Amino acid sequence: MDVFLQQLINGLTLGSIYGLIAIGYTMVFGIIGMVNFAHGDVFMVSAFIALICVLLLTTVVGLSSIFLILAITLVVAMLFTGLVSWTIERVAYRPLRGSFRLAPMISAIGMSILLSNFVQVAQGPRNKPLPPMVTEVIVIRETNGYEVTLAYKQIIIMVVTAVLLAGFWYLVKKTPLGRAQRACEQDRKMAALLGVNVDQTIALTFVIGAALAAVAGVMYLMYYGVVNFADGFVPGVKAFTAAVLGGIGSLPGAVLGGILIGLIETFWSAYFSIEYKDVAAFSILVVTLIFLPQGLLGRPEVEKV
Amino acid sequence: MAPVSGSDLADVPDPSPVPAEKPRGPERTSAVAGAFKDALVSGLLTALLFLPLVGFRASESSTGSLVLTYRFGLVAIFAGIVMVGRFLLMVTVWNPNRPPRRVSTTPGVMARLGALASPAVKPVFFSFAILYPFLSILLAGGLSPSRYWVDLGIYVLTYVMLGWGLNIVVGLAGLLDLGYVAFYAVGAYTFALLSTSVPINDFFAGTLGDDFWTAWAFWICLPLSGILAAMWGVILGFPVLRLRGDYLAIVTLAFGEIIRLVLINWVSLTNGGAGISSIPPITFFGVPFDSSETGFASIFGLEFNSMHRMFFLYFVILGLAALTAVVTIRLRKMPVGRAWEALREDEIACRSLGINTTLTKLTAFATGAMFGGFAGAFFAVRIRFVSPESFTFMESAVILAIVVLGGMGSQMGVAGAAILLIGGMELLRNLSFLKADFLFGSDFDPSLYRMLIFGFAMVAVMVWRPRGLVSSRMPTIFLKERKAVSGSLVKEGHG
Repeated sequence: MDVFLQQLINGLTLGSIYGLIAIGYTMVFGIIGMVNFAHGDVFMVSAFIALICVLLLTTVVGLSSIFLILAITLVVAMLFTGLVSWTIERVAYRPLRGSFRLAPMISAIGMSILLSNFVQVAQGPRNKPLPPMVTEVIVIRETNGYEVTLAYKQIIIMVVTAVLLAGFWYLVKKTPLGRAQRACEQDRKMAALLGVNVDQTIALTFVIGAALAAVAGVMYLMYYGVVNFADGFVPGVKAFTAAVLGGIGSLPGAVLGGILIGLIETFWSAYFSIEYKDVAAFSILVVTLIFLPQGLLGRPEVEKV
Repeated sequence: MAPVSGSDLADVPDPSPVPAEKPRGPERTSAVAGAFKDALVSGLLTALLFLPLVGFRASESSTGSLVLTYRFGLVAIFAGIVMVGRFLLMVTVWNPNRPPRRVSTTPGVMARLGALASPAVKPVFFSFAILYPFLSILLAGGLSPSRYWVDLGIYVLTYVMLGWGLNIVVGLAGLLDLGYVAFYAVGAYTFALLSTSVPINDFFAGTLGDDFWTAWAFWICLPLSGILAAMWGVILGFPVLRLRGDYLAIVTLAFGEIIRLVLINWVSLTNGGAGISSIPPITFFGVPFDSSETGFASIFGLEFNSMHRMFFLYFVILGLAALTAVVTIRLRKMPVGRAWEALREDEIACRSLGINTTLTKLTAFATGAMFGGFAGAFFAVRIRFVSPESFTFMESAVILAIVVLGGMGSQMGVAGAAILLIGGMELLRNLSFLKADFLFGSDFDPSLYRMLIFGFAMVAVMVWRPRGLVSSRMPTIFLKERKAVSGSLVKEGHG
């Protein structure tokens, strides 16, 4: 029971991070129907931007309040990552919008390789460790020396995720931008005829997705305290799994899928074998796509001739 | 950072009628001004993009904690390069005032030359491939100095073969496979496991002589590797039959990763990340390449040289690659090959015409996987060591990039792309002149930039030339007249 409770907490934390990344996949897939392969690497880039920002704030500016540091880092990382993603869309995806279907996918794979190797060249191939930032924990219950703990940083992650999701939900459901986005999702040509700036809407979708990935990046850095240039690939694939599991194109689905993947991964590591946890996540992807391609909350795809 | 296409950023000249006596002067200045503004914006954008990750560097201090070092000069240099490049492009090639290029109705000189040369390309390519090792001896001056060049040839040909194998799946059948390296791994591990297996060795030692298994392992395992890989192609292909496009790509990627993770973690079978070593070397159909009495050199009356084995390896991979090419060409003219291409063009039409799409997709997967398996066995016998490290997703991406850059479906294009990409990446390793003090300094390592340039090239080719190097296709079936069609007319399927 205690182990279960602890794994539940860990799984929810991990799931929040996956959910935040998964939204970027699901939104981009919804609006232009491509798998943004570089999204996992955008997440990694955001973690590096956060690392630089934290170092700058602690060593050069000399801030000591951890919450101020986190808040500033969050804003900086979201801004810069949004800019990176905007540029990627503009340079690598927009010229290919009328091209054959594989073209943006291949361009995205190239972009993914470009980003991870760019970071490797610019920042070096080694792991970048930070001193632990938030170390306080709350002990929920204790039996026979086994403590079930809820770390402050886990609370921060879950709260930040929930708040941002609420804000984001409002953005998509209630604002003109959200309306334009949903219109583009349904019919891009018709939306353009009705005066929606399709290019701008798509670019903003990329920026929003990247900003949420940047939140995930900051949280990842705070939670694990270490980042590496190759850290984008596996979380990226897992977040994509989450998006598919929840039903691609569906926003609540992405979050639900993220949390499910996080839970499955932690429980698998705790009860079965930690070596095969990635195999478990990848197998879920395969099984979902084969048996439940529309996902838990998605709409079934209608085949048109 | 590649420049953005700037038609909407640049000032479009006023379309209102211009008085007749007014010269073109103001228009030109507005174009220059627009280009300047545009260049400034791009430069600023580049500076902002590069600021966090190039301007600062988190490097490890002696105590282990991270310290920041600053490189703002580098950011300024990059921003300057982008600004100047963008400005030059805006006033020349992308100038909105430039008269549109006249569309000529007759093919240009280059196109006509290309049409004249095209029948000669294949024979020239194959004769060059056969003569290559002899040329490298001649040019390197001796047997031993040519080692590097022959090795490079083997390396490139392996990728040519892999590209041709994947071309069957992606280029002909239109199934985007991101996990091709899985079959390469299956082939390599099949050969590695069987050839180092003690029970098999003992079994043959008891019946056919002590050295039988080490001498013949490769030749017996080569077809087995292909068959096993083909079997895996069917196993992995079967569940993904219903998937289309991007989903198929992701599932095959997941399969590739699962196989690699299993290879890492199933230590009792595969020895995990440490890999399998001491794989027996290739033999000349049973005759070992060693200096003994029964070795290749003494049997053929040659002086022993370790290069003999390299030469043989070169011709084995050349033969395997040629086999792949010939089988593909033959299959394209047979019903199954036609069904693949029909499937690529329109799956629904295929089904309504009574083509068994299940069988067609599975044969494509299996045939592609089989050649991947052959290449894997060859890889294992060449390196004589296999480990999961060699079968990462990056390898799949490289092979896919070769197929795509070559122009999906075009065999000569794929071969050209493999030579260009793999040879180019290899050349980058040797650019030692870049280490000169006036360029980048002695601590500059060009090989670090290999994958960076590789990723950039993938994006750039997609943006500028999405149909690859060879963008025309020769249909295998035609009405009255055989003529090449543009690659833009060839679909890539929904499978």
